Amino acid sequence: MERFYTLAFVAGIGCFAVAFVLSFVFPWMTIDDYHGTQFVDWDQLAKTPSSSFIELSEDFPDEFTAAFPGGVNSENYKEALRLGRDLYIGQACWHCHSQYVRVVSNEMQRFGPPSNVQEYQNALNQPHLWGTRRVGPDLSREYGLRTNGWHIAHLIEPKDVVPYSIMPSYGFYFEENGAPKKEGFALVTYLQWIGSEYVRLDQEAKAKASASGEGGQ
Amino acid sequence: MSSAMTATMTAQPLVSTDGKPLVAYHLVRWHIAAAVISLIISMSAGFLYSLQFLGYFPFVNNEILSPGHFRLIHTNMAAYGWLVNGFTAMCYYVIPRLTGYRVWSAKLGNLIFVVWQFILLATIGGLVMGKAQAIEWGETPTGFRPGSFEMNWVPVDLLVAVGAVLVIAQLMVPIFKARDQKFYVTLWYFTAGLIWLALTYLMGNIIPEWVLPGAAGAAVTGLFIHDLVGLYVTPMGWGLMYFFVPLILRKPIWSHSLSVIGFWALAFFYPLGGVHHFLISPIPDYVEFGAITTTIAIEVVVTTVVVNFFMTLRGKWSALRTNMAIRWFYAGAVMYFITCLQCSFHVTWMFQKIIHFTDWVVGHAHMIMYGTFTFWIFGVIDWLWPRIVKREWYSNRLRGWHFWLSTIGIVIMFTDLTISGLIVGFMQRELNPWSDMVMASIPFWWVRTFSGGMMITGLLCGAYNMWMTARSDREYVEDAHYIAVEAD
Repeated sequence: MERFYTLAFVAGIGCFAVAFVLSFVFPWMTIDDYHGTQFVDWDQLAKTPSSSFIELSEDFPDEFTAAFPGGVNSENYKEALRLGRDLYIGQACWHCHSQYVRVVSNEMQRFGPPSNVQEYQNALNQPHLWGTRRVGPDLSREYGLRTNGWHIAHLIEPKDVVPYSIMPSYGFYFEENGAPKKEGFALVTYLQWIGSEYVRLDQEAKAKASASGEGGQ
Repeated sequence: MSSAMTATMTAQPLVSTDGKPLVAYHLVRWHIAAAVISLIISMSAGFLYSLQFLGYFPFVNNEILSPGHFRLIHTNMAAYGWLVNGFTAMCYYVIPRLTGYRVWSAKLGNLIFVVWQFILLATIGGLVMGKAQAIEWGETPTGFRPGSFEMNWVPVDLLVAVGAVLVIAQLMVPIFKARDQKFYVTLWYFTAGLIWLALTYLMGNIIPEWVLPGAAGAAVTGLFIHDLVGLYVTPMGWGLMYFFVPLILRKPIWSHSLSVIGFWALAFFYPLGGVHHFLISPIPDYVEFGAITTTIAIEVVVTTVVVNFFMTLRGKWSALRTNMAIRWFYAGAVMYFITCLQCSFHVTWMFQKIIHFTDWVVGHAHMIMYGTFTFWIFGVIDWLWPRIVKREWYSNRLRGWHFWLSTIGIVIMFTDLTISGLIVGFMQRELNPWSDMVMASIPFWWVRTFSGGMMITGLLCGAYNMWMTARSDREYVEDAHYIAVEAD
């Protein structure tokens, strides 16, 4: 048994392949076929700029135009989301903040409804950013909870907003007077986006249910 | 034991069938040195990162030297700097001895060495410039903006893939030449482990980044984290133990059958547990249950191997006192058993709902990567270093300090983080405000930083000792250090 070809092909390639099928191909097929998920690509994600992106452009008109020539449009919105996600990855935010809510440990009371498969089927979740450690809280139900101003103040000096916070300062993405640089705009836009897919899907499902008269709430 | 292995025990230089020296010792030496330097960088970065939790992080509001970057440097230098360099050094030493053939080419070895250290530098550079890849344990920069093909940095991932293929070619040549021989256990692990490394790396760095989003991508990420530990680090570590323990104790491994069971059960069960890094998540439940079941099965596998190691030591317990390498190996083996036992409990949903996302997991990861595999490499270095620099150890006292500071440090860290994880996990369930959970953690984070400081001090003792040994003029005398062979 313990000969070169057995080791190389049965153990080396065979066992790896079995595991690959069982712990990747099966869940992938389940997610794709059984749940019938749809991939939301960049164009769909960025089609309508978010209200927080528009507010940023109104609150900091000069800085916004300097950072995003052309003002609010879907091209700039897409770039802001992408750059914001790049920074979120590069600064390792995802190593201290998770992005999924479990059905246990009272997380639904603390954060909100549990995560589903479809809310992650989009271009901003490729690569996914679920995270494995919560030094800070989960972010996936933050959508619509806080203002741009809160995010800007918090990123510049977290302790000013949350006294016991141990989060580092990200003030280098902002000017002295608190106006965001391009990176600041992007990061706030991305943070304000997290969780929006859940809300969109939820609203669509409710609208569909009430339209078909199946007791929508 | 093979004849090549017996020959190790004589002071004669080993020669290959073509009359050239069998082992390229300079490659062993270089890779060990690079490994130790990487570990110093990794642990210093981890120490600095831990200061952020206490409010004493030195670089405030600095985009390049931000705490998150130090966290990435900590894990990546530990994996790709310390472990890969360390294991490669050991392979260069062990594989020619077990097969009787030289590695493919010493010149290729030089090239691999240079490429690999360049990879490490490009990784550190990329991480501080914010070009990390969002794959845990694989944050080495892809060189492209996330999920796209717009180049923004040196494509480190590609270089790692090339480097890994070169390493595999280099080490597989002697193994392939010896394919008609009956392989020793170590070679089973090395043969399969090198193939697994290549497959794992390609899978984990390509699929979640460019192929699939969300839950399916997360399933692959989990598989990647898990396979890197289970299908590269573990086979290499076990292979080293199977080689060096009998060599140093001068007696064969206790049970061949257990070795066979250990190998095939590792190959079959270990990779199936991948999804257990994201339990109670949108990944389908049946996949999670499969992962949980096989993870518990791995505990059985680990038990067979650990039992085999300890039964081999039976009758030679005094070696724990007289031989430093054996002491490192078996301290590591005890911690290995504890960590794996812990794993078979905390992989269940019952534990997961409390301890996931907390410091418990951090303690677990440190215990396995430092307390076990790092200890085993330290053990090999302790035995090997005098033999490859041909000098006596500069200071036995420093060897002792290295061992005890490391051991006490990791035990304190593990205990501390485990308790902290339980407390914070229950506080999370009881809906305590987040600030309370942070405040409750702070004393534990102080202890963590303190124990980390102990481990770094130990490492610096060891590194200084290695440096002074290489510079000393006391010639190494081979047989003086073997444990006297007694009839059992």
